[in-house]
Amino acid sequence: MTATDTGAGLPADVSDLIGVVQYEEEGEFPVERGYIWTTCASVENGNPLFWDDEVAAEITDGPIAPPTMISVWFRPHHWAPGRTEQHLPLKVHFDLKERLGLPEAVMTDNEIVFHAPVRPGDLLRTRQILRSVSEEKTTKLGTGRFWVIEVEYLNQSGDLVGVESYTGFGYRRGG
Amino acid sequence: MMGGEGGVILADVKVGEELPELHYDVTATTVILGALASRDTRPMHHDRDFAQQRNGVRDIFMNTPNQAAWFERFVTDWTGPKGRLGRMKFRMRDSVFAGDEMVMRGHVTELETDDTGCAWVSLDVTMSAVTDGKERIATTCDVRVAIPVDEKDNPWRHSPWRP
Repeated sequence: MTATDTGAGLPADVSDLIGVVQYEEEGEFPVERGYIWTTCASVENGNPLFWDDEVAAEITDGPIAPPTMISVWFRPHHWAPGRTEQHLPLKVHFDLKERLGLPEAVMTDNEIVFHAPVRPGDLLRTRQILRSVSEEKTTKLGTGRFWVIEVEYLNQSGDLVGVESYTGFGYRRGG
Repeated sequence: MMGGEGGVILADVKVGEELPELHYDVTATTVILGALASRDTRPMHHDRDFAQQRNGVRDIFMNTPNQAAWFERFVTDWTGPKGRLGRMKFRMRDSVFAGDEMVMRGHVTELETDDTGCAWVSLDVTMSAVTDGKERIATTCDVRVAIPVDEKDNPWRHSPWRP
């Protein structure tokens, strides 16, 4: 993925954001086994890495979290003491909709790349990077722009544990 | 549950090979438990009135993070615990509703050993939903997963790791 796609007519303040790290934040709580087991139970995942500590010790040097749970560690609890603002994940996406005046948006693709394993007790950090914004295009939905946002996840040692890439299409209805 | 040493190694796998199908009757409990497990309290994943009146759909439906968990389970049921996911690319086309039968299918599209000696399997996996006997594809997923080259190999110990 390169940061070379700067679509025609893109406001300079938007094109200046391409490749820039934004919204670095730390998870509200450490990775915990309760959620790992709840997730495994919800899909009846019997992989012994998550249930049998001897197998986990042998294969992964101890327990790990299912890799696909990576974004779960940044979803806030439904309530927290003193919290007044609703946490909005993928803020860069909502910023773009607002700045470009595109009231509707859909996510068309989502890719996750898995790096170092995530382990119980880890406290992850995340940051968002706008990678590209296309020129104006017209699809069945309407006229707007495609953009690619990457979300990087790192552990407390600074090791990259995953990168999620979202392709969004922000648009106005009816061409 | 699979044994610690269960699962495939490179010599077992052929391009075109199909993974064992998974059939699962999705209930409201499935959808709600999956949403709760991913801390997703948006009402279309637990409130049928909201799903019908606000989203214009017939019932509550599975959320995306929980679908990812289903894809992971489907793939690692086949690879065994030494299977290590490298990347997954999802395309969401339709929803899986409470009351649907979910069907997951997958096949091997490519085998590759990279220059670090890591064996990679590419898979095309689909999650379909069956309603009243009619099947539609809900989500497709391109998967790249590392498997052991032989009985001694363990992708979790590979360094460097190039997913």
